[in-house]
Amino acid sequence: MERKSRLAQREAKYGYLFISPWLLGFLMFVIIPIIASLYLSFTNYELFKPGTSWIGFKNYIELLTQDRLFWLSLYNTVYYTVFSVPLGIGVALILALLLNRKLYGVTIYRTIFYLPSVTSGVALSLLWVWLFNPTYGLINVLLGKIGIQGPGWISDPKWAKPAFILMSLWGVGGTMVILLAGLQGVPEQLYEAAELDGANWWQKFRHVTFPMISPVIFFNLIMGIIGAFQYFTQAYVMTGGGPVDSTLFYVLYLFRQGFLLLRMGYASAMAWLLFIVILLLTIIQFKLASYWVYYEAEGR
Amino acid sequence: MKMRKSQFNLLTKIFFYIVLSGLSIGFLIPFLWMISTALKKPEYVWVFPPQWIPNPVVWKNFPEALKIMNFSFHLRNTLIITSLTMLGTLLSSSLVAYGFAMFRFKFREVLFMLLLSTMMLPSQVTIIPLFIVFTSLRWVNTFKPLIIPSFFGSPFFIFLLRQFFLTIPRELNEAAIIDGAGYFTIYRKIILPLSKPAIASVAIFQFMGAWNDFFGPLVYLNQMEKYPLSLALYAFRGVYSTDWHYLMAASVVITLPCLIVFFLAQRYFIQGITLTGMKG
Repeated sequence: MERKSRLAQREAKYGYLFISPWLLGFLMFVIIPIIASLYLSFTNYELFKPGTSWIGFKNYIELLTQDRLFWLSLYNTVYYTVFSVPLGIGVALILALLLNRKLYGVTIYRTIFYLPSVTSGVALSLLWVWLFNPTYGLINVLLGKIGIQGPGWISDPKWAKPAFILMSLWGVGGTMVILLAGLQGVPEQLYEAAELDGANWWQKFRHVTFPMISPVIFFNLIMGIIGAFQYFTQAYVMTGGGPVDSTLFYVLYLFRQGFLLLRMGYASAMAWLLFIVILLLTIIQFKLASYWVYYEAEGR
Repeated sequence: MKMRKSQFNLLTKIFFYIVLSGLSIGFLIPFLWMISTALKKPEYVWVFPPQWIPNPVVWKNFPEALKIMNFSFHLRNTLIITSLTMLGTLLSSSLVAYGFAMFRFKFREVLFMLLLSTMMLPSQVTIIPLFIVFTSLRWVNTFKPLIIPSFFGSPFFIFLLRQFFLTIPRELNEAAIIDGAGYFTIYRKIILPLSKPAIASVAIFQFMGAWNDFFGPLVYLNQMEKYPLSLALYAFRGVYSTDWHYLMAASVVITLPCLIVFFLAQRYFIQGITLTGMKG
């Protein structure tokens, strides 16, 4: 008995030893910065500028009541999120359903659909600037072929956000692969049973496929929303927030305040508001999940 | 009756192939457009309607674009950052994942939940204090802020590796201890060799992440000679904003390594995504 507890102690000691890199990193790169950031958000701290003082909720009040661009950037971000995340999951699901068949050569199609997700960032953002060119860009050239006069896309304040949403659909490959794995995990017997009951294609999807993969969809929804709220690189490279701030997304504005104007106290307050919004949205989704996400264990 | 069914199947099959092929073209066209533009004579870039097959094919756009953007120099920066962060991530994340997967200790579940929850924390909350600290350490304009944190484990990769390690029987761990092997020996001689596919997934994801990273370098580096490829391409565009033949040529070259790695290691990719995406 005593020997056993000594073994357990040894095991615990080594357990902590192995996770110590993360524990240390967690402390240095997460916990302490979080506390510091919270503190900064209540100050007027500006980099390289002496005379920082505690100003209470002033940053938050200014953001919420006086800063037009704060609300605009929040609106732009919500707009982008509301369309790009559900549409992205929808497209990914359609692709995954198409690929979830025993067809010869299906992996080649999977590779092609995933390809745009392999690379991200600047190179592909530049490619899309070129694709969206109002006159010589491929998209409007193709639209012109079918007799549609394409819009100015990222140079038109009305069309800039839809342009980013359209572009995001090109990168649904990761979501598609996760959903495909979910689809492949649905037991064959469920479909057989449904067929015996005379279910058609839609009924099978509605009552078998969707409930069975709803946890996977839920996971993608949560991660998708968190990602969409932090949308940055493409907008920074392609429009820099313009035209007339129509693509000034939240993190873009935060970056501008914190790293261009060096108002780091103010930017910290923005970061905290972002954190709170993301946290609330995640909690709400977990509450709503019980209405549509099916967990096998509960059903039994 | 049977005959009709197989005919129907054939028709649906053809239908699926047509839909899949149509979609594939849609997904591939931007890439083809990128390559096509990269091979055009400058004045032909602005021809309406545009030509798909460049005539003449101008291969020298590539060496010229790479020379203008000082490609090999920035490639060196990218390679330093990418290789060192890969080393750091693989080392630290696998050790931590081993700790979480194979050892029982107090607060293990709580700590693991904490680890998972940090994946939801927007990095904007921590980046400003970190920037201030790195500034006072004089780490700004060095690669240190980009590289050193990777030696402390990344939650996403720790999670991925732990999921994989959990499929290795615990008895292996215990048997080896009875044989007198130390935990580090077990980690090195049993766990790592058994986990090659998962390690490969992490290596590839980290490669892609570091190769394409823009936000980190943008925040921490502001001298041209420190720029990795992503920032250098951005700066290149600032000067040559309408020279699409050059910009696309440079973009093709920067995208190519990722595509090659993906084609060579597709299996690990799909597996890695599946491993983390299924159930958190």
